[in-house]
Order: sequence, then structure tokens, then C-alpha cells
Amino acid sequence: MTMRDYSLTGASSRLAQEQGLASATWYQTDIPRKTMKALMKRSDGPAIRDTAIWLLCLVSFAAALYLTWGTFWAVPVFLCYALLYGTASDSRWHECSHGTAFKTPWMNNSVYYLASFMVIREPKVWKWSHARHHTDTIIVGRDYEIMGHRPTRVLRHILAMVGLPQTWGTLKSLVRHASGRLSPDEQSFIPEMEHNSVFRTARIMLALYGLSIGLAVGFQSWYLALIIGPLPAMAGVWLAYVFGLTQHAGLAENVLDHRQNCRTIYMNPVFRFLYWNMNYHIEHHMFPMVPYHQLPALHQLMKEDCPPVYHSTWSAFKEVVAAMWQQRKDPEHYVRRELPQTPTADTETTTMAAQTA
Amino acid sequence: MSNWIEVCALDEIDEEDVVPFDHAGHTYAIYRCPEGNVFATSGLCTHERIHLADGLVMDDIIECPKHNGRFNYKNGQAQGAPVCEHLKTFATKVENDTIYIEVAP
Repeated sequence: MTMRDYSLTGASSRLAQEQGLASATWYQTDIPRKTMKALMKRSDGPAIRDTAIWLLCLVSFAAALYLTWGTFWAVPVFLCYALLYGTASDSRWHECSHGTAFKTPWMNNSVYYLASFMVIREPKVWKWSHARHHTDTIIVGRDYEIMGHRPTRVLRHILAMVGLPQTWGTLKSLVRHASGRLSPDEQSFIPEMEHNSVFRTARIMLALYGLSIGLAVGFQSWYLALIIGPLPAMAGVWLAYVFGLTQHAGLAENVLDHRQNCRTIYMNPVFRFLYWNMNYHIEHHMFPMVPYHQLPALHQLMKEDCPPVYHSTWSAFKEVVAAMWQQRKDPEHYVRRELPQTPTADTETTTMAAQTA
Repeated sequence: MSNWIEVCALDEIDEEDVVPFDHAGHTYAIYRCPEGNVFATSGLCTHERIHLADGLVMDDIIECPKHNGRFNYKNGQAQGAPVCEHLKTFATKVENDTIYIEVAP
């Protein structure tokens, strides 16, 4: 069975543009302007508080790992540290890439670059790819961030739980960018005036990863290797990957309605802290400039206009696994979300688009 | 030759806010800065043609509601990725509490 063409320069890309799916107008729930302004309003307080807690937890678990080194307790301590390193950094990277976490730009940028290093993502490249992801969410041939490629490659997803394909992919792209080259896909969404910035950032990142690995080797310290660099990122990425799959995988491709290709899930407070409220994913995609700490309020305003909410991470994840398992053999299969019949629902547009999937 | 077009009453725009205005097939964004002065730019983001009037005004900045692209709406200057191209600006005036913008004839 052949893979669908998810490249941004092939037949799928041309088809998406011919069908009007590229840079299209998407369905939006009607929310009064004054309310939306209040929701989009920025503040530094919540993100300073949450970042301080996050960094304090990281330092505490790093210290605990040092103290428990050589005992059984080092294992669970390291697994907690890795989750804070590999999963919590993913959501910090994401929120700060939108520039919404903090009101103060330098705070957003500082956490963005720190989290990009931790999660092993090139900040310049991903800034542009994520903008495209929001323009053309799960549009085949346009969105560079589709995780649920069809037919499903099961082994790749298993390996991704420990970060192998992502880390290998980033290593290759870092070398490519450090040597002054971009792939054709990257050229399609990164403007030429940004290319030198991508190349310069890749060289700095390679130097920083080289330094972190060099320090561990130089001091012959497994402790250093587990505290900073690729190893804690890979050991802790599994929960971010589970969260990431629940966002869109198994749902419709090529629709112009985020209610049909995103999931909103009720999660426990610990997950919501690690994930910075990205469980409200329909809300985030429909109104991406609403800061993470306002998403629960936005959810209350628009939930009647959305499909039923998943009541746990598990309920969403098992739907994802079942759908992706079926997509191994049947790439046309996807989970259809029932839309409520509300006055603002434009089901005609979304149904037409779904039929092109 | 100037071509002043009536937009709306001044009090129809809150301070530190923006409204859309369509005229002759073009869309504009009309702003009131925190000090109360009125400014006008083209209405669509230069990145992905999103309506800026749905965005957030913060001091001198308008932020695109989709991708965090930011412009200084007083001079149209793009403030960095993901916007690379400046916004076109238009002269404004307020007479008898009514806002006008000057567009090409």
C-alpha cells in the first residue's frame, strides 16, 4: 500500500490549492468582539507563575536524582525529571511560539528558545511550520505537522514514543541547515529573507548540543548526560507524543472546520499543567491568539457549538489508536465528529470539504 | 486629488481597538490608539490575508488574530516573523466626531 503524498511540493499540494483548501476561510463560532478582546488580553502573571513552578520542579528533581544516584529511587526520579524536560517543554515551546503565554515579548522569546533546545526543535523552522499548521490545519499537501500519516506506520509511532525519529530527523535537518541548505518542503513555507537566520540558528544549536554531549563525555558523567541534552528529551517525550496524537490523529483530513479535525479533552490538573491547557484544542485552533490560561473560559463560551468533549485522555487516546490501527489497511477511514445544530454552524461548507478528503 | 471617505462615528471605536471598514472592493482597518487618535491601514494581514480587525490592539501594535503577526498600525511597519511585508497606511481625519480616511480616487 502506498503512502499518501504528505509532501508540500507534490500532487497533494497542487490538489489542495485547486480545491480551495489552501489559506481558506475556516468556520468560527460567533463570539462577541468585547468578549474576545477580553480573552485575548495578555498578562505575564500566569506564565511567570507556571514557568517558575516548572523550573523549580526541574531543579528539584535534578537535585533528587543527584542524591539518589546509584539507588533504585534514581529510576522513578529520573522518569519524573524526563517528563518535565521532554513533555512540559513541548507545551512551553508551543505556547511561546504563538507569542501568547506572556505579555512581555522577551519573556516569550526566552522560554521559546529554552524550550526549543530542550524539546530538540529548530525554533526558526518550527515558527514557520506552525504558522502553516494553523493556516491549513490537517490539509494534506499543505500542513507540515500532520502526525497521523495514512496508512499508519505503526513501528514509526512506537519509536516516536522514545523520540528516535524526531531526534534523528532534527539532527539531519540541523546538519542540512548548518551547511546552508533547505529541503524543498521547507522552502515552500520559510520566506527567503529568513533563510540565513535558519542557518545561523542551526549552527548555534549544533554547537550547544555538541557542548552538552562533550561535557558529559569529558567529565565521564552519566548524570550530566541524563540532565541536559537529547537523553532526557527522548526519555520524557512519550507523554507529549500521546498528547500530540490526541490533537488531530484519526480525524478528518481536508476539512475547513476545526471541530472536525481537532479534539477537546477534559484532562486532570497535572496533565493540564504539563500540557498548558492544549487539551482545549478546538478552542486553540479556532482562536489561536487566546492565551493558554484563558482557554477554559473560552471553552465554556463555545462548547455548545462543538462536538461532545472527551472526558479523559484515555477515552481520546483509545479512539486514536483504534482509528490509526484501522488506517493501516484502510487509509480512507476516519472518525466523523457529530456537529451540533446551532444557528452559527455552517455544516454545508464543512461537509463539502470533508467529501474531498 | 484627495478622496476622503466617511467611515463611522468616532465613538463607534473604543480606545485601543480596531474596526473593519469596506469600501470599493477594499477592506481597511480603522484604529483608535490609547490616546484617542485615529489611524487606518489596509485591512488584511500581509502574511496570510487574515482580517486584522479581529485582532488585538496593544498600544501602537495590531496583532493578527491567526499567527501572532504584529504591525505598528501608526506607520505600518511589520515587527518580525511571521510578517515580513509592511502594511499600507492611510491618512485619517475626524470632523464633527466623524472619522474619514483618504483613499486613492
